[in-house]
Amino acid sequence: MRPLTDDETKVLFEKLTKYIGRNIVHLIDRPDEPYCFRLQKDRVYYVSESIMRKATSVGRHNLISLGTCFGKFTKTGKFRMHITALPLLAQYAKYKVWVKPNGEMPFLYGNHIVKAHIGRVTEDTPEHQGVVIFNMADVPLGFGVSARSTVDMRKVDPTGIVVFHQSDNGEYLREEDALF
Amino acid sequence: MGRRAKNKQDVPLPLEQERATGKVTKVLHDRLRHEKIQTRKRTANVGKTAPGKRAAETKAATSKRKRDEEAAKPKPKPKAKKTKVVEPESEEEEEEEEEEAESVVLLEGAPDDGWDNAPMASDSEDDGASMSEFDSDDDDDERQEPIALLQSDDEDSDSETGGMESYDEFDTADEDGEPVTFRDMEKRSRLLEAQQKAEEELAELEQLAAEEAAEGERALFTLPSAEQIEAEKEAPLDLQQVQLRIQEVIRVLNNFADLRDPERSREDYMTQLKRDMCFYYGYNEYLMDKMLQIFPVSEAVEFFEANETARPVTIRTNTLKTRRRDLAQALINRGVNLDPIGKWTKVGLTIFDSPVPVGATPEYMAGHYMIQAASSFLPVMALGPQENEKVLDMSAAPGGKTTYCSAMMKNTGLVVANDANKEREKALVANIHRLGISNTLVCNYDGREFPRVMGGFDRVLLDSPCSGTGVISKDASVKINKSQDDFTMLTHLQKELILSAIDSVNADSPTGGFLVYSTCSVTVDENEAIVNYALGKRPNVKLVDTGLDFGRPGFTSFRGHTFNSSLSLTRRFYPHAHNMDGFFVAKLQKTSNKITTTDDQVIVPTGSGARIKHKKRRN
Repeated sequence: MRPLTDDETKVLFEKLTKYIGRNIVHLIDRPDEPYCFRLQKDRVYYVSESIMRKATSVGRHNLISLGTCFGKFTKTGKFRMHITALPLLAQYAKYKVWVKPNGEMPFLYGNHIVKAHIGRVTEDTPEHQGVVIFNMADVPLGFGVSARSTVDMRKVDPTGIVVFHQSDNGEYLREEDALF
Repeated sequence: MGRRAKNKQDVPLPLEQERATGKVTKVLHDRLRHEKIQTRKRTANVGKTAPGKRAAETKAATSKRKRDEEAAKPKPKPKAKKTKVVEPESEEEEEEEEEEAESVVLLEGAPDDGWDNAPMASDSEDDGASMSEFDSDDDDDERQEPIALLQSDDEDSDSETGGMESYDEFDTADEDGEPVTFRDMEKRSRLLEAQQKAEEELAELEQLAAEEAAEGERALFTLPSAEQIEAEKEAPLDLQQVQLRIQEVIRVLNNFADLRDPERSREDYMTQLKRDMCFYYGYNEYLMDKMLQIFPVSEAVEFFEANETARPVTIRTNTLKTRRRDLAQALINRGVNLDPIGKWTKVGLTIFDSPVPVGATPEYMAGHYMIQAASSFLPVMALGPQENEKVLDMSAAPGGKTTYCSAMMKNTGLVVANDANKEREKALVANIHRLGISNTLVCNYDGREFPRVMGGFDRVLLDSPCSGTGVISKDASVKINKSQDDFTMLTHLQKELILSAIDSVNADSPTGGFLVYSTCSVTVDENEAIVNYALGKRPNVKLVDTGLDFGRPGFTSFRGHTFNSSLSLTRRFYPHAHNMDGFFVAKLQKTSNKITTTDDQVIVPTGSGARIKHKKRRN
């Protein structure tokens, strides 16, 4: 377990900004407790400092996870968000997409979101913007990237893809072995 | 009882609050009032024709039955209503409620003269006096109970008629001015069912006795001879015959003086019984011996039977993300048939059936609930972690208990989730993240290393690795593959773990200083003996009440070993008695950090002898 290097921090924050924009400061400056990012075996964990300090007594090979996992650095140095970051992304998301009940399961099985399944979209979502997907009851389901801006979405035919799938709650079941 | 409850069950009402009180009660009340008047007339008439005196018990019972049946015929309709509220809850609870109901009735000033003693009683009097029928049955029941208890085997035989007959008695019951709420009704109907059952059992017993008397002597059951046993080894009997023989042997054992073959000893009967049960239920002999040491014979059979059926699927609401009511509603909308587990938990739901896989609903993926056996709620409830504490879960995977701890702590403080198996920790981490828990630290150590890795915990939960004799219904391989060696190895490991766990607790913690030891096993070696060992080894811990208001107290003595008397504070749970996995929970409090054993210190155990011998520890 170690703090992130400057490069790593930059890559991570660039990625996060795509989803939560300037709300990223809320992750760092929390009113309750200081939190920090820590790297452990390529994975980035977001954890309160008090827990982090206690975790220093656990050996490197024995530490499996702490706090919330945000994702991992690939071998090429890119950062890949994991579904485990969803609660925090959903809390601070700038652009949101709500899917109708009939679109819930297709998305949770890993499919892109088509126009017909869209219930609501945040106004002025630009193209290729990270968005968090909710169902109509405001339960976060996953996140992805918008394929079109809100304006263009109106023009797409019902079967056209409007949000590219990146990660969804179904991965807890599908990818349990790969994720953790 | 479990089976009875299942038979009774119609479509259960989904939610507690929906069936609590309300319009339905009113309607029912009216109907009952109406029918009560009719019933009273009718029963009074019957009462006159059959002036049941207590002269001959048989006569009384049979006439009573007749009376009840007669009275019951015209009213099948309310019965359907009633069964609707009878929920298949854990058996323990039912018993509890029955008792409760009984005591309530007794308090209501039951007249001394029961119905049978005062056949003319009820025709024209007012409300208060018409209670007598209700009360008299109650008295009856009390008198009959001891006899009925002997007959626990023919439980099923009377379940058909029970509810029907008992119902008309219920009519008079609502006269005592108590509000008839649905909950109340449940109690009453159970009480009545119990009475009915007791009555029928008595009647049956007497019929049996009468038959026997008529026939002269019923053919004595004879044990198979040695040659027969040899022959059976070559060509085994079919299961039905073996089952019959098991029943016969148990009958003989229950009334050994009268029914025994004078040539044969109790030992012979027991050997035959063991052999048959091993064959019938598929256990190895070692385990069979163990089980028969824990349970009396007839209860052991119930236990084995319970192990053949699966326990209901239960889920725990993740209170960090949702409420039980909302979750229940969401699942009902998906067509799931569910109900609260029982009064003892506010977060549990039992799933009866579901058109969708419960482990793959969007709610599951969103972390609104965890599929978790009812029994594994118990250690966490006993532990009772509080906010901002530092808690250790020594063998955490797959995370049901860990996440419950975190939920109880509202995601504050720290929960250290340890497990020795790295593969299983993947599921643990997945569950932690799915349920949105952020106060955990997951590590992979052998639990025995623990106070050295990290210590000073406010609370420690040790759900020890065990033989799994409580969860045979989940994993039947336990029946055959557990041997003496496994038990020796496991108990050794458990002893080491519990000492590590005790040493990891910080006794000076302002809020905590507790340790909960639990196993999913029913054997005494893995439970009471371990706790007793720990009490002997660490004089700075004591047993405290688990805070669980049901379950049976632990053994304080077992086969010649006397354990510390405080072991009665531990709790045992059985599949046949509580309809959850076999489980053991002990809660210990550490009183001081100072008195720890040093290498040269040898503590003389106060209780058991041979099993626990203390030597100098090597390190």
